[in-house]
Amino acid sequence: MSDNDKKQFEPRIVAFFCNWCTYTAADLAGTARMTYSPNVRVIRVMCSGRLDPQFILKAFREGADGVLIGGCHPGDCHYQEGNYKALRRVTLLKRFLSMMGIEEERLRLEWIAASEGDKVQKVINEMTEQVRKLGPLKLEPMSQLRGEEDMVASVEKAVIAEGGVS
Amino acid sequence: MSKPKVAFYWCASCGGCEEAVVDLGPDILKVVEAVDIVFWPVALDFKREDVENMADGEVAVSFINGAVRSSEQCEMVELLRRKSGLVVAFGSCAHMGGIPGLANLFDRKAMFDEVYFNVPGVVNEEKIVPQEEYEAPEGMVTLPNLWNTVKTLDQVIPVDYYLPGCPPPVNLIVEAITAILKGKLPPRGSVLAPDIALCDECPRKETKPEKMLQKEFKRPHEVMIDPEKCLLAQGLLCLGPITRKGCGAACTKANMPCTGCMGPISKVVDYGMKALSAVASLVDSNDEEEIERILSKVVDPVGTFYRYSLPTSLLHRHYQPATQGGK
Repeated sequence: MSDNDKKQFEPRIVAFFCNWCTYTAADLAGTARMTYSPNVRVIRVMCSGRLDPQFILKAFREGADGVLIGGCHPGDCHYQEGNYKALRRVTLLKRFLSMMGIEEERLRLEWIAASEGDKVQKVINEMTEQVRKLGPLKLEPMSQLRGEEDMVASVEKAVIAEGGVS
Repeated sequence: MSKPKVAFYWCASCGGCEEAVVDLGPDILKVVEAVDIVFWPVALDFKREDVENMADGEVAVSFINGAVRSSEQCEMVELLRRKSGLVVAFGSCAHMGGIPGLANLFDRKAMFDEVYFNVPGVVNEEKIVPQEEYEAPEGMVTLPNLWNTVKTLDQVIPVDYYLPGCPPPVNLIVEAITAILKGKLPPRGSVLAPDIALCDECPRKETKPEKMLQKEFKRPHEVMIDPEKCLLAQGLLCLGPITRKGCGAACTKANMPCTGCMGPISKVVDYGMKALSAVASLVDSNDEEEIERILSKVVDPVGTFYRYSLPTSLLHRHYQPATQGGK
């Protein structure tokens, strides 16, 4: 590996794959020994419709440079229309993200059927390159002011530490 | 036994929370009977030194309203934190950032440029913006530093309880003060309001359809709003289903949709994302273009879903690379 390659930014991408189609396709890509960029961390969810937009922001907050969502093709959802719900949420979420100064391209929704191992490979490679071009997403820490234990305390307000006097 | 000492303070707020205290009406006399108000800049002539001269923990409870966005506000709330047994974040701004929290869509420079250069009618040929220090003939004068980012109270100091609302409803204030005086408080960190969604107390609840789907969203100024029918069923973006109750459904009773000032119920981490999710789920279409068209009527996703809570979002503010610093 040349020095130049070492310095290259390696994006971290969190992928939420639905159990019935895309995750199975990723399995297929694996058993077929297809190679793809190692930048993706896959999280299996039962359905792309299970994806709460909170999960996606949480991924960005915890250091993801991009988030990929994989669901069944329209009409193929194991739960009838979970993937349509994902589509509606992602459509609105993309507009929200761009208003907040985060490029829409950092969030990608793809329909990948169980037999499409090659599409998993293609989409992951494409997205890795695209996010690499966008560069790292460096959100500033939530409680930079005090050097407190990062954002968890300030976000999950229900759990304020005991002995609150500073 | 001497009466417990109470302090009120305001940070980045409109003064509505102070009004809410006065709205207690005759009940405020009962409060004054039971406690000593030792600090309340808007109403009483106590100074910062008076607070500084108190022993640590001497104030039983401080009610602080407003978001925190300047070095002065930060110093004052730190001081009050030290002197107080309990700190209550009073109102939406202290609780979640409130309307001032929407300034997190911009940064300090953009705000200064707008206010001091770009607003029509501003003549500022010398390009003067507020300086934190200025050498005047009489000596050095200083101003507090305005932060780049608006923070909620608990992003600056530890907070014991939250009184939600814009402003907090009078009955919740009375209940909170009573609970504090009697020492019957819920676990630390609680929001002092019922942990149920607004729909539960909305008079339109019975008209909420079983399956709620919309082909078109509408904005309040575009339609004659039916005063009895569920607002969401009329296509208006009412945030009642994701917002905490306790306000007596004041807005929906006045024929306006809920905008979410009471904040989320306790299980929710990011209010705006829950609101976005709920609204997107209402869209009655499976076609990509039609979905896009229907959702385009949500003209301002940030202002709609995070009207009172942008600083509590997982994103916290408009993106700026971390190296620029948070203050």
